[in-house]
Amino acid sequence: MRLKTTLLLLLPAIGLIFLFMVIPMLISLLYSFMTANVYGGVTMPLTVDAYVQMLFDQDFSGNLTFMPDYLWIMLRSFYLAVATTVLSLALGFPVAWYIMCQSPARRTLLLTLVTLPFWINTLIRTYCWILLLRDSGLVNGFLQYLGLIDHPLPLLYNQPAVLLGLVYTFLPFMVLPIYATLERLDPRLVEAAYDLYASRWRLFRRVIWPLTKPGIAAGTVLVFAPALGSFLQPDMLGGGKQLLIGSLIEMQFTSSRNWPFGSALAILVTAAVILALILQSRRTKAMEARA
Amino acid sequence: MNVADAVMLSVSGDRTLPEPAPKPLIEISDVEKIFGGGEIRALSDINIAINECEFFTLLGPSGCGKTTLLRMIAGFEHPSSGNIMLAGKDVLSLPPRARSVNMVFQNYALFPHLSVAQNIAFGLEMLNWSKFEISERVAEVLALVRLESFRSRKPAQLSGGQQQRVALARALAPRPQVLLLDEPLSALDLKLRKEMQFELKQLQRETGVTFVLVTHDQEEALAMSDRLVVMSAGRVQQLGTPQEIYGKPANRFVADFIGEANLIPGGLLGRRRDVTLSIRPERIEIATVSSFVKLYGVLKAATFLGADTLMEIEAGGIVVRARLRGAQMAAPGSEIGLCWPDDAEWELRE
Repeated sequence: MRLKTTLLLLLPAIGLIFLFMVIPMLISLLYSFMTANVYGGVTMPLTVDAYVQMLFDQDFSGNLTFMPDYLWIMLRSFYLAVATTVLSLALGFPVAWYIMCQSPARRTLLLTLVTLPFWINTLIRTYCWILLLRDSGLVNGFLQYLGLIDHPLPLLYNQPAVLLGLVYTFLPFMVLPIYATLERLDPRLVEAAYDLYASRWRLFRRVIWPLTKPGIAAGTVLVFAPALGSFLQPDMLGGGKQLLIGSLIEMQFTSSRNWPFGSALAILVTAAVILALILQSRRTKAMEARA
Repeated sequence: MNVADAVMLSVSGDRTLPEPAPKPLIEISDVEKIFGGGEIRALSDINIAINECEFFTLLGPSGCGKTTLLRMIAGFEHPSSGNIMLAGKDVLSLPPRARSVNMVFQNYALFPHLSVAQNIAFGLEMLNWSKFEISERVAEVLALVRLESFRSRKPAQLSGGQQQRVALARALAPRPQVLLLDEPLSALDLKLRKEMQFELKQLQRETGVTFVLVTHDQEEALAMSDRLVVMSAGRVQQLGTPQEIYGKPANRFVADFIGEANLIPGGLLGRRRDVTLSIRPERIEIATVSSFVKLYGVLKAATFLGADTLMEIEAGGIVVRARLRGAQMAAPGSEIGLCWPDDAEWELRE
């Protein structure tokens, strides 16, 4: 009876995930093993061409030559996702710590401010960065007005601009879980560490860091996963000059009309994220086992 | 155990006699603490000298400022004015980690991610002791608190009493000059609390470290302390040995807070009207000869408590409580005469 009720209550959520996540993933998996239709879509026969295409160039006679172009795109995406995660952590941890140190009323206010960007569409927010960073934008305009520079600085359409956009978008996902663990940290542990002659750095290294690891892990996953597959920021702030895997996937379904390749790439990204999650949960479990 | 017994134990127990001319280790002078822009005076006019190798207690009801004072010694709070000296040095400008003072926190504040041994080693590592010295010292204090077999357990795997002992070991490991204890026994059940009172006292004697204990439990304070200070509303009410504080309370608050006291207006006994006499219930007896009677009253109730009988006698508009040995036969409503030795009377100066 109890189990039945539980299942019944879970049913809508399970159904939703099945319908809108599991089925599309299975479709993607199927498509990635099919042949591209010239006008978009897929046809038979089944093939592994899409996966071969990731690393090899196939000429008309069927000879394979190693082509690292897509590999570079994947590595660049991976690098940007890692850089986004590291920067978000470096910026997000102090913010979470600062919020925790405030009075309860101020905490609520500051947390609202952290989540405030969610109220505005990502597209619009990213477009605002263009207005800020472009040659005739606010930043360059202001610097020229001050007479600090003669010609506008190239702030837009490069990798740092993409990184800025990614960190800006995903920072709240790092701040919130870290704040949640910091809030549960007993302030007397901090006092105990100071009382036992710990310096600020050693307090952080030996007490705060180990005890906030679960929050850091959650934040890392929440930032890394969407950053790896992002295409909005690279397209708009990178000017499409540096292709990332998210944009590449998007292209396969639109201009390139190669659905199998797009599906294969999507499956690859999903696999990478799932792998990261598994590794993460293994580490957490190992830590708990030691605890 | 009632308060009277606690005092007896403290007197007749194997208490080491204080050193001749003890020298003060902690000197608290004219300390004041004002919160909220001058509106709340948490502490005022605090002058206390705590001696070396002493078991000293700050006793008072909650909100009396005793914990604030303890945290000032540790360095977590700063007085608004006044001074605190430790071993002849002004420590007000020093952060907690620069004071050779360690604290046992109320909830123990053990590091949950570290084992018992790692918790104890924490302070030693921060002081950059060598690996060898650390392992020696950890083994030593583990033996001191009898937790040798628990060294690799995590705090969550220990009982409350064991966690308490780990907290003690961790604070004692770096050989502090002073050990501060913030209501260390309040989280333990009654039986364990009694055991730990004894253990704490023994530990203090063995290590020779100055212990400063904060508690609201007067029985605990009387049983363990060499000297104690009774605080109320941010002020020192009385400072002295348990015997002095119990036998010669400085004022109405102390008389009432420490054990039970009958506060009898002087007028009732044919004395000056502006004095109040404090007489402990266990000193009052029923007079067998009418010439001994100091106060006549009517018995309202007699409650048999096992070892004692508690009698409530109405006399001249107040209720006097007398604690008499054994079972006492007297019918409520009967008139009885009370007497007590002269030295049981203590005149309160308001």
